[in-house]
Formats: sequence, structure tokens, C-alpha cells
Amino acid sequence: MTAMISYIFLQHYWWIIVSLLASLLVFLMFVQGGQTMIFRLPANDGQKTMIINALGRKWEFTFTTLVTFGGAFFASFPLFYATSFGGAYWVWIAILFSFIIQAVAYEFRSKPANLLGTRTFDIFLYMNGALGPLLIGTAVATFFTGSYFSLNYMNHVKWATPFGGLEALLNGKNVALGLAVLFLTKTNGLLYIMNSIEDEDLIGRSHKKLIFNAIAFLAFFLIFLFSILLSKGFAVNPDGTVVMENYKYLHNFIQMPVVLILFLAGVVSVLWGIGTTIFKGSRKGIWFTGAGTVVVVFSLFLVAGFNNTAFYPSVFDLNSSLTISNAASSKFTLKTMMYVSFIIPVVIAYIWYAWRAINIKKITVDEMNGEEHKY
Amino acid sequence: MIDAVDLSLVDWSRAQFALTAMYHWLFVPLTLGLSFIVAMMETIYVRTGREEWKRMTRFWMTLFGINFAIGVATGIILEFEFGTNWSNYSWFVGDIFGAPLAIEGILAFFLESTFVAVMFFGWNKVGKKFHLTSTWLVAVGANLSALWILVANAWMQNPVGMVFNPETARNEMVNFWAVLFNQVAVDKFLHTIFSGFLLGSVFVMGVSAWLMLKKREEWLAKRSILISAIFGLLSSLMVAFTGDMSAKTLAQVQPVKFASMEALYDGSKDAGLVAFGILKKSDEKILDEKAASNFVMKIKIPGLLSIMTGGSRDVFVPGIRDLINNGDQNRNILPIPEMMQRGKFAKGVLDDYKRARLVGNRDQYDVIRREYFENKTFFNEYFRYFGYAFLNSPEDAVPNVQVSFYSFHLMVMLGFFFILVCVLALIMLFRNNLVKNKWFLWIMLISIPLVYISSEAGWILAEMGRQPWIIQNLMPVSVAVSQISAGSVLTTFILFAVLFTALLAAEVSIMVKQIKTGPKH
Repeated sequence: MTAMISYIFLQHYWWIIVSLLASLLVFLMFVQGGQTMIFRLPANDGQKTMIINALGRKWEFTFTTLVTFGGAFFASFPLFYATSFGGAYWVWIAILFSFIIQAVAYEFRSKPANLLGTRTFDIFLYMNGALGPLLIGTAVATFFTGSYFSLNYMNHVKWATPFGGLEALLNGKNVALGLAVLFLTKTNGLLYIMNSIEDEDLIGRSHKKLIFNAIAFLAFFLIFLFSILLSKGFAVNPDGTVVMENYKYLHNFIQMPVVLILFLAGVVSVLWGIGTTIFKGSRKGIWFTGAGTVVVVFSLFLVAGFNNTAFYPSVFDLNSSLTISNAASSKFTLKTMMYVSFIIPVVIAYIWYAWRAINIKKITVDEMNGEEHKY
Repeated sequence: MIDAVDLSLVDWSRAQFALTAMYHWLFVPLTLGLSFIVAMMETIYVRTGREEWKRMTRFWMTLFGINFAIGVATGIILEFEFGTNWSNYSWFVGDIFGAPLAIEGILAFFLESTFVAVMFFGWNKVGKKFHLTSTWLVAVGANLSALWILVANAWMQNPVGMVFNPETARNEMVNFWAVLFNQVAVDKFLHTIFSGFLLGSVFVMGVSAWLMLKKREEWLAKRSILISAIFGLLSSLMVAFTGDMSAKTLAQVQPVKFASMEALYDGSKDAGLVAFGILKKSDEKILDEKAASNFVMKIKIPGLLSIMTGGSRDVFVPGIRDLINNGDQNRNILPIPEMMQRGKFAKGVLDDYKRARLVGNRDQYDVIRREYFENKTFFNEYFRYFGYAFLNSPEDAVPNVQVSFYSFHLMVMLGFFFILVCVLALIMLFRNNLVKNKWFLWIMLISIPLVYISSEAGWILAEMGRQPWIIQNLMPVSVAVSQISAGSVLTTFILFAVLFTALLAAEVSIMVKQIKTGPKH
């Protein structure tokens, strides 16, 4: 059977895995979105402690997903790893920096003798919460808008600007996606807080903030979506050369109806989760927006990489653009990694099991008062 | 083929990676060792049902948690720095190197991070057995993650299981099992995890000794020392055994590194092992014969180096100068100038091939491919020395001898010292006179910084001893580096240095405070 697995299939398989990890990451960044609320959402210290502990029990999932996303991208599309990380140096360093300060902030913030003070660690959480999603969203937008780099005949990258990728922030479409991701994670963060904490006052306060954040998310998301659907995209010819094609991403949706259906279903699910919370007072909205987030991001990644599209295009040198074909690992490596990936359902199963075990009871003030391991 | 490389860019990129790696390695070995010690303690609690054991478990678990977070923080940087700072490397070997990193994430990190949440927050939410299982899974996950990153590192020391593809200008994996069961990977994994167990044990012994010196928590401290001294003794013996295994492999696959760590310039039969020595501060050229007596003083164990490497005193152990001038015919190691010539030839063939591709001269690149890249002899006799094409002189293939020598000897001496500490701790425990021997309690306490020094020294030897290579024989660091401005890397180096130092200071302060507060009632 294995002999029948083609190189092209494996490239697509691995793009699906990478897309899945990316979409799970965006959902799990509800932790980051929630972190941006720690100063203004709670009415008192008790509420703040509950929020930070509700998020703090999940931060490692987000972090691990980010690390695994990086590892899987490296293993399956090493030319992207080399090109983007080695070229858009400052963007990735800024993203990483915001995650380093998060990792210690939960564990250290309330510990005695932490030198920097609780407030500093809370600012770290806020910075990670705001910068992480904004920069990741902006970086992912360049999958559709292009970057400034060239590759030589040894596939060594040279970035064409002195700003190491930060120039992406000057493009309105990129920033629109960055802000959309930021407000989406804030929305998901609020929905998660409403789902996992038992405190009427806090739920009411979250409810009010939800409306603003959901509208902001929708506005920026629609700006980004329509701007890329109506603009030129980076198409790959059969001979491997890259050309600009009008309405390329719209064509991709139309030519891949399954992806379009997934995308629309995801959007409906996100809206349902938000709507049912705002209009019906449901506290289970996170499940719908969470699932919808995963499906929407997943389908956007498929639009960026499938159907003869360059997923990491260069506007500086079109033919240095990366495709899932020219950036992929060898067939042998992709196949070996495919066998490893079969274990992913087991990983998801135990994460689900452990998650439920910890979340089975909602967080309360009483629990916080009696908890020994508290952030 | 390669643009002129700014040396300061290479230096700052190396400095940044070294900084991150050394900080990361301050936290990881404690996670590796302490996770098992905590799991053992919790097992006793679950089996006996005695609350004192639960209290002890939770005390050490708190210290584990403080250390764990900062280890995670520094770890993410290392993974991404392969891309940000070593992008040419990432492409040249990403086909092989990326796989272990991905497997590490899928198989190990999720195990660790999922069950660490249960371990910390599940005491009142899940059953005793589920909690205990989670604690063990955290230990297994932590050590599994060490396996995969060490497989990747071992491949850099001894690249196996791949072929070079001239079309893509990279090495591609052809044998996963060869990569996984690379002898260097086996040695390195075992040596590293046992050294982590030892470090965790020495940490627990040292903290417990402090509690005893303060006449606090004697019951808890004694039992902690008992568990950790047994675990530490077994681990330290394994560290010595696997260290010996590593040295044997090293002599085969990285002979220049091996000679450098012994500061052996001129080889011989019946070569002795330097147990202790002080090197002359020498700026003489390696090839200069005057450098022959390079020690101010040394204590040598006759014949041991020959026995270690080949099992007999008759075995010839080549020195640095032998390897440069003559190679080692017994092990098919060529003289370095010869390897440089062959490397340059291989690079010339690749350049010709790429040039022909670029101008679309199909006949020429078809010929080159058939004659060279589809020819095993070319790979085995020439392309395996590809990296030597970038060296300017044979001496460039030699790492810093002083650094290699001292890091190796410091690591080994301290390794034997810890065996002694564990043995003495057990003797005193069984004679019930540990509390009376305050001098020894102090020694256990002082051992904490020493075990960190020894552990870091091991990695300094492994990484600086590999220089000038990022991948042994195939790629020097100067070629692997990302083409960004040295100023950018210098700036991020400073940012990371300030941040890591501040976080380390906070971590140590919190840790000390928690230890002073002691276990909660």
C-alpha cells in the first residue's frame, strides 16, 4: 500500500496536518485573548484570581501547540522554516519574546519573593495576550499578501528589506487579519471565562465586553476576507513558475467546494456561539465559536496552500515563492512522519480526557481560597 | 556559492544560541531528575496512604513547578532559533533534523503538558491512582522529549542515514532507524538522562541537607535523602558507564574532538589518560612542534587512554597533529589537508551542476549527475568531506583545545565526586549519624552549584568540541548562519541575556523562598 502513496499526496497530507495545528493554535489562543482582560474585566481581586487560574490551567496547551506547529512545519516544509524564520527575523523574535514572558508569568506572579512583582508578571501576560495573536495573525496574512525575499540557487534566503519582516505591519490587509485574530481570541477568551467560572457578576461583565469584541472581530475579519477575495493571488503554473492571478483566492473557494462549505459552516458556528451567548445568555458559546474558529482557520490555510497556490509568496521575486511542492521534505521523510502522525488521535483523546477531568467543576471563589497550587 | 560571511555575525549567532542553550540547560536536567523522584515519593504515598509522604511529594512538586515553567520558556526559543539564526542549516538538513523535533512535539510535549496540569491541579479533582499515573507520565514525557532532541543533536555530531540531493541542495533522510539508533544518539541519550537524574538527586540531597542544618523537617529530609541518594548513586554509576561508552564512540566519529579534550597533540601507543592537568596558556600554532609539551603539570594514568579507546595498551591513539598530518590509517581517517582537497572537489562538482542548471545546459548537468551524484564512490570518498571545502587551513578543523580539555576534565572529576557524595550519604544514613556530620551536610549543599557546573561543562564539551562544525564534516557554522545583520543578532542577544537573567534571578529567589518556607502543613 505504501508504494502507492504519492509524493503529491504526502505534501497535501502534511499541509492538512500543519493547517490543523495552526487552527487549533488560533482556537487555543483564547488563553492570550483572556490575558488581555485581566486588568479591566474583573471587579475585584477574587475575580482576577479566578480569571488568571482559569486561563493558567490551559496555557501549556497553547504553548505546546505552538511548539508542535513549529516542529511539524520544520519537518514537513523545511524551506518555509528556513526562509520565513531566517528572513522575517524580527517578526518571529517578537512573537517568541511575547511567549517567553508568558511561560513564567503564571507560575511566578503570585509567588513570594518573585523580585519583579506581581504587576510586572501581569503586564507580561497582557503583552503576550495582545502581541502574540496580533503578530501571529499579521504573519499568517503574508501567506496571502506576500513577503520580500529571494532564494538563491542553494535555496538560501535573502530578505529584501532591512526590517526583517516588520514591514508586514505597513500592509493594511495584514494588520486587518492581525486585529481580527486578536479580537477573535479576546472573544473566545471571554466565552471561555463565562464557561469555566461560576460568578454571576463576572459573567455579566464578560457579557458586556463580548459584544464590542465580537463586533470588532467581525469587522476586521470581513475587511481581510473581502480584500483577499477581490485581489490578485499567487498561482502556480504546471511548470512550477508563479504568476499573479485575479481573484485567485475566490477561485480557490469555488474550485474547492468542500473547503467553501467547511469555511461557511465554520463562520456560522462562530456566529452561533457568539449569538447564543449574547441573545440567549448561553454559557456554552465557547464550544461553537471554538469549533468554528478551528474550521475557519483550517479552511483558510487550505485556500492558501492547495489548488496550485504559493502558500508563502514573495512579491520581491515571484519565483522564489514557496509552494507545498517546492518547500516540502523528501518523500521518505513525509512518509515516515505520516506514520508518526497516526498517533495524533490518541494524543487528542488523552488531552480531552485530562481536560474534562480538570474542568468538570467550574472555578469558584471558594475553590480558589482552598487551592494550594494557585497562580 | 556562499556569500562572504561576516565573522561577527557568526560569533553573535553562536553566542545567542549558546546563551539560550545554557540557560535552557539550567532548568531541563532538574525537570528530568526531579520528575522521577517526585513520582517515586507519590508512589509511596499512594501505597502507604501516609499523609507525610503526600506532604513531601507536594513540597518537591512545588519546586518542580517553579523550575518547569522557565525550562519551557527557554525551550521554545531554541527550537525557533534553528530557523531564525541558522536558516541555511535548516534547509541543508531540515529533511532529517525537523522530524525528531516534530515527533518531540507530538509524542512528548503534549504528554508532559497535559499531565502536568493534572499533576498540579488534580489533587482534589481526580482519584489517587489517576493522579499518580499523571505524575509518572510527566516524568516519562519529559524524558521522551529529551530523547528526540538528543537524537537530533547526535545527528549533528555524527550524520547518518541520509543522502545529498543536488536538485534541492540538501541532505535527505533515507533511513529513519539509522538516525534513531545512531550510536552517538544512544550514548548521548543515556548519558544525558542519567546526568539529569543525578542532578535532580543532588538537588534534593542538597536542599534536604539545608533543612537538616536548620534542624527542620528531619523526618522529611532524611527520607528525601534516602530516595535521592539511592537514585543518585545508581544514576551516577550509569553516568560513568555511559560516559565511557560515549568516549569510545567519540574516538571513532569525532577523533579531533576526542584528542582535543585530552589535549593530546602527539599520539602514541600505550597512551595515558590525563586525570588532572593544567595547560600552558599557548598561542602557538597547533602545527608548531614547540607546542609538544603543552602542560604546566599533569597527573597521568598510564595506558588508560589506549585501553579506553581500543581495549588494549597496544592501541595507537592519534593526537591532533597526527590527525592533521597523517590521519589514522587504522580507522580510515584521512589527513585533514586531503579531506580539504576532496571537499573542495565535491563543492566544485556541485557548483558546476548548479551553474549548468541555472543556464539550462541540460547535457552538462545530466553528465554531472550520472558521473558523480549517482555514483556511490563520489559520496563515500568525496562528498562526505563537503564541509572541509570551506576551511581555510587544516588548523581550522580543530576546536578550542583549552575549552575542550577543561570542560571535559571538570565534568569527569565532578562526576566521580558525586558518586562519593551519594555513597557517603547512604553510609551515614544507615549509621544514623548524618545529622551529627555537619561538614557533610555542607558538602551536600555545596554540591548543588557543582552539579550544575558539571552538567553545563558536559554540553560545552559536546558543542564547542564539535567546532568548527555545525554538522560534523558536512557544514561549518560559518556557512549555516542566517544572512541577517550582525547588529540585529547582537540586539536580540542583549534582549535575551537581560530577560533570561532577570527570569533566572526571579526563579532562584522564588525557589529559595519556597525552600525557606518549607513544606506546608
